[in-house]
Amino acid sequence: MSQDIFVVIEHLRGQVADVSYAMLAGARQLSKASGGEVVAVLLGHNAQGLASNLAADRVLYVDHPALAEFTSDAYQIVLAGLIQEHAPRAVLFGHSSIGMDLASSLSARLGIPVVNSCRTFTDDGKFVSQICGGKIMAEGNLPSPALATMIPGGYKAEEGQSAQTPPLTAVSAPALDNLRVAVKQYIEPDTSDVDISKEKMLVSIGRGIQNKDNIELANELADALGCAVSASRPVVDQGWLPTTRLVGKSGKHVKPKIYLALGISGAPEHVEGMGESEVIVAVNTDPNAPIFNIAKYGTTIDMFDLLPVLIEKVKQAK
Amino acid sequence: MKIAVPIKFVPDLVEELTIDPSGTALDTTWLRLIINELDDHAVEQAILLKERSGGEVTVLSAEADGVDDFLFTAAAKGADRLIKLTGDFSAADNHALGRAFADVIKELQPDLILTGVQAHNDLDGSVGPLLAEYLGLPYVGYVAGIALDGNKVVARKEYAGGLVAEVEVKLPAVLGIQAAEQPPRYVAYSKIRQVMGTAKIEERPVSNLESSGGVVVGRLFQPEVAERATMLEGSPEDVADKLVGLFKELGTL
Amino acid sequence: MPIRETFWNIPHWAEIAQYIAALVTAIIFIAGITRRVLRWRKGRPEKRSGHFWKRIGALITQVFGQQRTLDEKFPGIMHFSIFWGMLVLAAGTALATIDWDVTHLFFGFQILKGGVYIAFELMLDVLGLLVVLGLGMAIYRRYIARPARLQNFPVKKLAGDDTYVLVMLAFITLSGYLTEGLRLAVTQPDWAPWSPVGNAIAALFLSLGDPTNQTLHLIIWGMHIATAFGVLISLPFTKLFHIFSVPLNIYFRSLEPAGALRAANMDGGMGVKEWTQFTWKQLLDFESCTRCGRCQDVCPAYASAQVLSPRNMMVKLDDHLWEKKPRALHGEVVSVDELWACTTCRACVQVCPAFIDHVTTFVDLRRHLVDQGKMDQMLQDALSNLGRYGNSFGQSDRMRAKWTMGLQPPVKDARREQVEYLWFVGDYASYNATLTDVTRKTAEVFHKLGLNFGILYESERNSGNDVRRVGEEGLFEMLVDKNSQVLSKCKFQAIVTTDPHSYNTLKNEYPANGNGRYPVLHYSELLDQLIAAGKLKFSKKLGYKVTYHDPCYLGRYNGVYDAPRRVIEATGCELVEMPRHRERGFCCGAGGGRIWMEEKEVKERPSESRIREAVALEGVQTFIVACPKDLTMFRDAVKTTGNEQRLEVKDLIDLVAEAL
Repeated sequence: MSQDIFVVIEHLRGQVADVSYAMLAGARQLSKASGGEVVAVLLGHNAQGLASNLAADRVLYVDHPALAEFTSDAYQIVLAGLIQEHAPRAVLFGHSSIGMDLASSLSARLGIPVVNSCRTFTDDGKFVSQICGGKIMAEGNLPSPALATMIPGGYKAEEGQSAQTPPLTAVSAPALDNLRVAVKQYIEPDTSDVDISKEKMLVSIGRGIQNKDNIELANELADALGCAVSASRPVVDQGWLPTTRLVGKSGKHVKPKIYLALGISGAPEHVEGMGESEVIVAVNTDPNAPIFNIAKYGTTIDMFDLLPVLIEKVKQAK
Repeated sequence: MKIAVPIKFVPDLVEELTIDPSGTALDTTWLRLIINELDDHAVEQAILLKERSGGEVTVLSAEADGVDDFLFTAAAKGADRLIKLTGDFSAADNHALGRAFADVIKELQPDLILTGVQAHNDLDGSVGPLLAEYLGLPYVGYVAGIALDGNKVVARKEYAGGLVAEVEVKLPAVLGIQAAEQPPRYVAYSKIRQVMGTAKIEERPVSNLESSGGVVVGRLFQPEVAERATMLEGSPEDVADKLVGLFKELGTL
Repeated sequence: MPIRETFWNIPHWAEIAQYIAALVTAIIFIAGITRRVLRWRKGRPEKRSGHFWKRIGALITQVFGQQRTLDEKFPGIMHFSIFWGMLVLAAGTALATIDWDVTHLFFGFQILKGGVYIAFELMLDVLGLLVVLGLGMAIYRRYIARPARLQNFPVKKLAGDDTYVLVMLAFITLSGYLTEGLRLAVTQPDWAPWSPVGNAIAALFLSLGDPTNQTLHLIIWGMHIATAFGVLISLPFTKLFHIFSVPLNIYFRSLEPAGALRAANMDGGMGVKEWTQFTWKQLLDFESCTRCGRCQDVCPAYASAQVLSPRNMMVKLDDHLWEKKPRALHGEVVSVDELWACTTCRACVQVCPAFIDHVTTFVDLRRHLVDQGKMDQMLQDALSNLGRYGNSFGQSDRMRAKWTMGLQPPVKDARREQVEYLWFVGDYASYNATLTDVTRKTAEVFHKLGLNFGILYESERNSGNDVRRVGEEGLFEMLVDKNSQVLSKCKFQAIVTTDPHSYNTLKNEYPANGNGRYPVLHYSELLDQLIAAGKLKFSKKLGYKVTYHDPCYLGRYNGVYDAPRRVIEATGCELVEMPRHRERGFCCGAGGGRIWMEEKEVKERPSESRIREAVALEGVQTFIVACPKDLTMFRDAVKTTGNEQRLEVKDLIDLVAEAL
């Protein structure tokens, strides 16, 4: 077994996902403990260019037409081969729609332990995972070898980016026949609505908004502030706001100056989409809500008591 | 179409979670278990498919407090078979659970297996992809919407940023459900009670749970309080004033 | 000597023809009634016997006395006039016929002769005027004043039905007077002045002379008779049927406490899916509706969004019973939205002159929706939470008594020690962050009064009152079960609660358990008792001018109107009543599970309408409530109507604490 740390680079439609850079930063910390190299593993078709700013010591690149789009099937076959051949100390995946299709399957296929939801690693090779909706952290020795999925928040994306293009080794793909999974087409998110990822400030609502009518309150505040309303998953699942307003893992990733979270508990899936906002202000009646762990300012005042007053004061302040 | 839905019970986050003296597990004194929310969606999705195209839905769970009630609720919604794995699952991780489910599901020979894409207490991978691998089936996760198409399904797989891929998967396959096409339905208590009289839970004893591939936890802890927000106190007026001040300071107002 | 010659000027053939027509009429009439009765019998059984004299008493006051009908002046007097006028005229006509063709014909004996006959003539002649008056009022009201509640029926043909009844009654009266007038014009008896109206009409016809008048008399008599038979024939088929159905409906009304809902039908799924699953009494309810619209006028759901009109519901359900191709009851006959709009406030039931129980029917229809899982997401979440955690807030049961933290002395645990009063706190008072101050204050007052009281801590569950009214009977039973189990293990003398909803179901719907039946007190009743016993004495006279809002489940459901008012007065406040108070109190909009449902588009929320009503009272600055839900509803409404400076919403306990 080598002491290298593999990072499976996630990319879609020609763009590397932010979590990949965070993983490279995490891998860097792990590599200090193991003494190995950080190796970015890039799978794709005509996708070498994506390796240009990866802060990795080297890149293993597998090119094959069947890898043009992400499918769990083809990726698993390729990665299983690479891991068996190179026997890295650890392989990092995003705790995402891509990484989660791979890590557990490979664990079962290769008999290597897998650790979920790692937020950070320690210098002595421990993982720190976030579980139970962000309420509990689990720490332990990262088995050797190990697979791990990573959530954002522990490392900044910039730490995983580099101005220099790392050396790239092209590896030939194994036979990719009889694939059982194929991408038919992509459905783009609706772009007719405001792009919440471009707003300077967001008034964001969660389950605590209680019903559709109360959304009017949030709209009123957003209008007064000249910004947009966004939401966490429950609100969008109810159909109270369009999916274009969804912030979180499967929604938009936003980084506004101020993220005003109203009645949002702060589940990891949501935090993933807004954790990098400059200032998070949380309004939630539950003093134990995890949102207060990432917010800069918080209040447990009932939003229905606060909002009417706040709307008035904002109007006056203009 | 035979659909199997393996589900998992997880600690209810409504209850305050505390860590037991060993420091490596949750204190079970007040722990209350609840269906993993996404597994509930998987059951709903299975019922929706059955209603649309017919078939047989089997819901499987490992034994736990409250599982019987949930299985009966699933039956009241339209599940045809209920299977409970019995044994000591107190130390069972997802690898062990995946293997145990695989053994039972092999006999069932379903065309489609639906399960929640994850659970909040997953630490050693997720049940869906582990199970898929033990069964040698393809796996696609983050699915919100399924269309049946002969010996294939077309799954709507969600990616970050609102992008959706329509993914064709050959059956049999395992899909990890992120959301059912409609929120899980409500079942009246009288219906559940009625089902309790007629439906049967088949019990399958599981004697040896194999958890290799799992993870050893050194310690559990709650996130440090140091990271917590500065709390704004006072009346709604006071807080609103402070917020307006903050908005001005940061130039959003 | 004055005698009644009933068939004067009527040729024998016409008299015979009349009896043949009567026979035909009777056959059709009986067939029509039978058709109705057979329809009722398709409903499920329900026991409504017993209390014979009580029921007869209600018939006397409500049918002959028209008590409820007279609650509203104009329509009351209008209906009273028509009712008594027609009753006397019909009875008089029957008597005259019997007098002539039975007693006189067969026994040569007449009642209507001499003084009796003159009195008879006078009475009929004058009381006929009552009908004229009533019909005039009715025509004015329906076609000139046109109040909203008489407009826009969901079944269009009913407007014709209403007109038909008025035309027929008007024609019968008019033709009756003309017949009488013409008879008097021809015969000119000495006693004619005793029929002042008839005599006046006679004067108009005198100039025509005989035999014109005689011929006219015969023609108009024929028309009068034909109309009378027409009315009788149509009685079982038109609105006129209420003459039968309403007295029956009043006689068979429920004498159970208003707060005890009938258990759900479980045969063929919960609740009512098809009309045959209604009980016969509910079918009778539908057929008793005269669409007077009083219910619509008092309905908070109608006032706020016009989605639900109890009148329309009855009209549509009645129409549905006779559909040739029956439509689906849910969705086609009545909409899901209107069913969920009901707050179960019972204002409609309270004003209905036909004693229809709308609410029970709405709940039965809701039960089917719950059975099908058809409800909005918010309600679904609330019910799931109630099932899982025993409260609608979805919070841990361990947090239920969090409000007691820091109270000195600590609130006793009624599960561990014997108490005199077991305080059933209820969900809102326990969990709602904005209400726990009031809950704590209540505990402090109880302490100061030296009451030996305790609570159930995390063992308390939602009482289930509104769960039941939402239509989730199984969950209600489960909650009752859990609470009853705990209660049966506790030692106490009485239950006290601040929540009228819990009060209602605990008092009226919880089964007596091992401890025997315990008294259930609303805190206003307890405070009132303590004041009366001299155990609660106030040191201050507050001197506020206040108004008081009657909670539906305390007032209309349980008749507790005076206790809270006496407590208010004992604190030295001056009570100014809102126009809608006591039995006419206006619902806050939260009842029947509405507080758990999404609010659809509204014109004016019931709570806002109520606050505006209170603000209009001169000098009133305080709005007193005696229900935790009211406190949240009205505090919000004061804000949304912009009346924060004008009116303060306070709980009854606030006054008591202040005046102690």
